[in-house]
Amino acid sequence: MNAPGLVLIFAVAVLYSTGFYLLLQRSLMRVVFGIVILGHAANLSLMLTDHAITLPPLLTGKDGPISDPLPQAMALTAIVITFGVTTFLLALAYRVWLGDDNDEVPADLEDRRIGRLSEPEDSS
Amino acid sequence: MNTLLAVPVLVPLLGAAASLLMRRAPRLQQGVAVAALTAVVVDTVLLLRVTADGSVITSQAGAWEAPLGVTVVADPLSSLMLAVSAVVLLVVQLFAIGQDIAGLSRAMPQVFHPIYLVLTAGVCLCFLAGDLFNLFVGFEIMLTASYALITQAPTRARVRASMIYTVVSLTSSILFLTGIALIYGLTGTVNLADIAVKLGGAPEELRMVLALLFLVVFGIKAALVPMHFWLPDSYPVAITRISAIFAALLTKVAVYAIIRSQTLLFGRDDISAVLLCVAIATMLVGIFGALVQDDINRLMSFALVSHIGFMIFGLGLNSVAGLAAVVVYLVHHIVVQANLFLVNGLIRQYAGHSSLRAMRGLNTVSPVMSFYFFIPAMSLAGLPPLSGFVAKAALFQAGVGVGGWLVYTALAAGVATSLLTVMAVFRIWVRGFWGTPMPDMVEARERLKRGSHLAGLRFMAAMTGVMVAIGLVVAGAAGPLSEIAFIAGHDLMNGTAYIEAVLGEGAAR
Repeated sequence: MNAPGLVLIFAVAVLYSTGFYLLLQRSLMRVVFGIVILGHAANLSLMLTDHAITLPPLLTGKDGPISDPLPQAMALTAIVITFGVTTFLLALAYRVWLGDDNDEVPADLEDRRIGRLSEPEDSS
Repeated sequence: MNTLLAVPVLVPLLGAAASLLMRRAPRLQQGVAVAALTAVVVDTVLLLRVTADGSVITSQAGAWEAPLGVTVVADPLSSLMLAVSAVVLLVVQLFAIGQDIAGLSRAMPQVFHPIYLVLTAGVCLCFLAGDLFNLFVGFEIMLTASYALITQAPTRARVRASMIYTVVSLTSSILFLTGIALIYGLTGTVNLADIAVKLGGAPEELRMVLALLFLVVFGIKAALVPMHFWLPDSYPVAITRISAIFAALLTKVAVYAIIRSQTLLFGRDDISAVLLCVAIATMLVGIFGALVQDDINRLMSFALVSHIGFMIFGLGLNSVAGLAAVVVYLVHHIVVQANLFLVNGLIRQYAGHSSLRAMRGLNTVSPVMSFYFFIPAMSLAGLPPLSGFVAKAALFQAGVGVGGWLVYTALAAGVATSLLTVMAVFRIWVRGFWGTPMPDMVEARERLKRGSHLAGLRFMAAMTGVMVAIGLVVAGAAGPLSEIAFIAGHDLMNGTAYIEAVLGEGAAR
């Protein structure tokens, strides 16, 4: 494995762990950031599939290695998709904030309510 | 390019564009939307006729040859799924139009129709995709449309629920992308048939890891226990037509993806124990969750989770009979689940809510509606002679054919789940349908009868009736259906027909 590959592997590992950490937070803004970072991690791992990633994907007319254009095309598609959905998520987070004046994910209310049903009547 | 394969994706997309332009003319827009979906129904039925004998038809988009270009494939399984989905999509759309005519919905029809058609295109692309990345794109089209649909008529609860739904789906999409990267790194291809050939030479452990990763990816979308928490929180909150189509199709598309990836791509023996354990957990957790719910829609969502377990059970059996049973189960469950959610939509018109606590005497308020509820509910529970019985009998028979302690445990769990489903359904029946009706329900009925809503309401009820009829047709056509299912099951277990249809003769190992 060449040097850029190794650096990328570390970068991907850090991005995945940061992303999942943020995803588990209560604040919706942090969750959105988590999704963005996870998207980067996935795109970078697509790039990692190519050993000649440092070279351009161009046919120069001379014999010699070029990088594989397919992962780059796939990453590009994925970037567009994550970009679009992130925008949507931001709009949703804003709607939640407008409605409730906070952007925390609440505990599962319906679940709590059903849990209370099993308790004896007089405790309420 | 084979026209039959292009229509289910292209026509809805073009229809979506056209109907977006016609947002000022609602009648015209409805016409375009219905026409587009009718075209898809006709096309998929033709496709089913072509592939019913087990032949696989393929098409290379842009004329790039198989492992390089985008391949579109229809085999018996995918065309059967396409045909059933298209019919259900059309009926739910007509139900929605009825609701709009009646003026009983707060959703914006001019937004609903274009997005609904995009959702259709996404679902069809998922069933037709012949390469992994195209499957990802199909999922994304479908999910992005669903993110927009779930926030129709936004209330605070809906926005909250859609946030959960979007984040969970997006997480699974990102894991999907990671899986694609790993597979591409390993095999250098994203074409499903090509991956199947090349993964054969990969180390056993690596294949197992990939199989588990893809089980998690699609398992989140299919709401397998323990990845099911998002479903009962998000589906019931959406408006009726949308929760109906989500419950009927979206999870089934994921189940289809699980079946396709686990049978075609990965070694099957090693993962079947995992599948059986997941199936047992899914069946039991889902149905126990359903038993304690008060809201009908939430109850149905938990029942949906538990019945996904049956399909995974069939896949875990790893036999032709098991897979054939799963195919029958998929068809049965799509129709029945859509039907139940549509009836819940009708109930909401009378009761104004869907909480079982404040509901009584629906039977007296609307006898027709209780009939429409009773048939699919009994079918869900698996009572003969309805389609649920046919599907469950096939599944249990396949299970006995395979044998082994784990399979028998799963069988026992399956029988218990069926009985508990009867109990859950009867809870709705006893609480909601029996007794003297609540005064406000009688009032609601009188108001609906007098007002201008009647024609639209009748149309909604008629469409629910059509869905009941489709469910009965599925039961009646059990013979031909199981024939196709056995061909599909055989093809799935074997895989050579699929691989050779895509890559050419002699490409399979």
